[in-house]
Amino acid sequence: MNRREAKSVTALPAGVDAPVFAEPWQAEAFAMTVALHDKGLFSWSEWADALSAEVKKPGAASDGHDYYEHWLAALEKLLSAKGVAGKSDVDTLAAAWERAAHATPHGKPILLENDPSRTEGRGGPTG
Amino acid sequence: MSHDHDHDNELDPFAARVRALETILTQKGLIDPAAIDVIVDTYETKIGPRNGAKVVAKAWVDPDFAALLKRDATVAIGSLGYTGRQGEHMQAVFNTVDTHNLVVCTLCSCYPWSVLGLPPVWYKAPPYRSRAVIDPRGVLEEFGLTLPATTKIRVWDSTAELRYLVVPTRPKGTEDWSEERLADLVTRDAMIGTELAGAPK
Repeated sequence: MNRREAKSVTALPAGVDAPVFAEPWQAEAFAMTVALHDKGLFSWSEWADALSAEVKKPGAASDGHDYYEHWLAALEKLLSAKGVAGKSDVDTLAAAWERAAHATPHGKPILLENDPSRTEGRGGPTG
Repeated sequence: MSHDHDHDNELDPFAARVRALETILTQKGLIDPAAIDVIVDTYETKIGPRNGAKVVAKAWVDPDFAALLKRDATVAIGSLGYTGRQGEHMQAVFNTVDTHNLVVCTLCSCYPWSVLGLPPVWYKAPPYRSRAVIDPRGVLEEFGLTLPATTKIRVWDSTAELRYLVVPTRPKGTEDWSEERLADLVTRDAMIGTELAGAPK
C-alpha cells in the first residue's frame, strides 16, 4: 500500500485507454498540423521541436490530459513565427468565435457571421 | 446529444482558438476544411494497430519479408501499402529470448502512425516519457509484464525522423496458424513493447 502511494506521484496513467481525441477541437488541431506539413509550411522536425518545447514546460499534467493544449500552443507559435497567423489576430478572431457561438441558438451551426459585434459588411467563407 | 433544456452554444477557449486558426488558414488558402475532415476520419477510423499487426504476422510466417523488415523497415512496411506521411524512416526491432525492446519518445510523442495509428494517452504523458528510459523494468512491471532478470531491455527513443516498431516473438503453439489468425495476437502494446504478443486462446 505504502509503495503504491509513494508511486502515485509519478505513476503511469490507468491502463484503460481514453479515446485518441477527447474533443473535436483536438482532432481539428491535429489534422490542421498534418495538412500544413503536407503543404510544406514546416518540416516534421520543426514541428517536433515546437511541440517538444511546449510539452516539456513545467506544469504539464502527468495524466497527459492537456497534451492537445500543448499541441495547439505549439501550432500557434509556429504559425506566428512563420508570419502566417499572429497572436493578436488569433485572439481577436477567437473572441469573435466565442461571441458567435454564444449568439447562435442551440442546435444551429455556429457561424462566424453570428457574432453580434461583427463589423465587416458580410460573412467570410462559410466552408 | 441532450436536448432536454434550452441553452446557447458555447465554445471553450481552445475550441475557439482552433476555429480562429482554421478561419485564417482557410482564408489564406493553406488548408481546405474538407481535407481536414478527411484527415480526422483517416486517423480515427482507418489507420490503426491492425496495420502493424499485419506487418508482424507476415514477418512471422515469411522469412524473406522478415529479413527485409530487419534490413529496411521503411521499404518492407511500404510494400504492404503503409507509408508515413511525415517522411519518417521506420526501424523494426525484434524481440528475442535474450532481449526485449521498448519504444518511447522522450522528446514529445513521435510514434509510428502509419502502422500503429495515433499513440495512446499514456505514451504522450510525462511519466512514461521520463520513466521508460530511467526504469524500463519498473515501467513494464506496472504494465503487468515481469521479465526474467536475464532478459536485457533495450529502450528506443523515437525522433521525428526515425520511428520504431517492436516485433514481438511469435507465441508458442501457433506453428500452423494463418497470417490472419496470427495478426489477432499482435496488440498495439506488444508493438510498443509494453506487453508480449498474446498466447493462443
